Amino acid sequence: MIAALGLLIGIVLGLLLRPDVPLALDPYLPIAVVAALDASFGGLRAYLDGIFDDKVFVISFVSNVVIASGIVFLGDKLGVGGQLSTGVIVVLGIRIFSNVAAIRRHLFHA
Amino acid sequence: MSQPEQTSPPRPEDGRSRLWRAVTRPSRGQVVVAVLLALVGFAGVTQVRTNTVDDTYSGLREQDLIDVLNNLANTTQRAQSELQRLEATRDDLLDDSAARQTALDEARNQVEVLSILAGTVPVTGPGVEVRIDEDAGAIQLTSFIDLVQALRTAGAEAMQVSGEGGVAIRVVAQTSFEDAVGGLNVGGRLLEPPYTLEAIGSSDNLVAALRFPDGPEDQFTEDGAELTYDDRDEVRIDTVATPTRADFAGASQ
Repeated sequence: MIAALGLLIGIVLGLLLRPDVPLALDPYLPIAVVAALDASFGGLRAYLDGIFDDKVFVISFVSNVVIASGIVFLGDKLGVGGQLSTGVIVVLGIRIFSNVAAIRRHLFHA
Repeated sequence: MSQPEQTSPPRPEDGRSRLWRAVTRPSRGQVVVAVLLALVGFAGVTQVRTNTVDDTYSGLREQDLIDVLNNLANTTQRAQSELQRLEATRDDLLDDSAARQTALDEARNQVEVLSILAGTVPVTGPGVEVRIDEDAGAIQLTSFIDLVQALRTAGAEAMQVSGEGGVAIRVVAQTSFEDAVGGLNVGGRLLEPPYTLEAIGSSDNLVAALRFPDGPEDQFTEDGAELTYDDRDEVRIDTVATPTRADFAGASQ
């Protein structure tokens, strides 16, 4: 309940404050958002499995975001930023799919 | 995100009831999750908004900019070739329609010429009006045919013969002349004197054709009739001939 409220508050704050993304962070924000989404779905799946743990969730969330952005940053430095961000998005997308499939199996037994 | 395996023994509780419990009786640990999810929501909304608002290329990498430029160049090239193709098509169509218009104009002119020749349209123009009064006796058919022939030689383009009572016949290629009791049978209709013949053409030529020695004027005088003429700036020929379909003659290529 509190978690859902938190998500809602975040969305409302984003809509109300209309923050400007710093130019330097522009290429990394979408990657970070996708990585955070992946961590969130993973957390939900773990919760449904009964193996959820706050500490693990927070660490995995942060490390996911940092590693994803870091890979893209490294790619930009190496001159393959576009390709690497595509790769990261693909990997995270696959993980989101498998997590959502597990969640679905829990909730609908299908 | 996969979580590491915990050591707690598996409980019989299934996922649905666990979720229900989380919604109805939230634990203190959810606060951290709420903060992180708020972060996700905030960042997601920001990114979506930036993505929709930002149509400049400021945030793009160098490689992306080069790709955009390449795409633009390709699109321009495609548009150019499409433009050329369409222009060629347009020129073709213009040529085509001009040629068609020319053919149409030519056909219209031909139709006008042929209609006048066949006598299927009323015509008007300069010409002469010839009047023949029988004084002493009936005129000879040959004199009349000679008159028509003389006018045709002089370039008469359209002719009309009328008798007493306004019976008028358009003289065309098929018009026949025949002797009849009490007058002339022209094109199958009886005309009675006095006759009037209207011809459209160059007035001077037509008058000259009437007046030359031993010409129609003299011939009618011999027949005992009197020929008078009147050259006019405008002669109207309103009668039309019904075009007859050729049953036997066919155009040979």
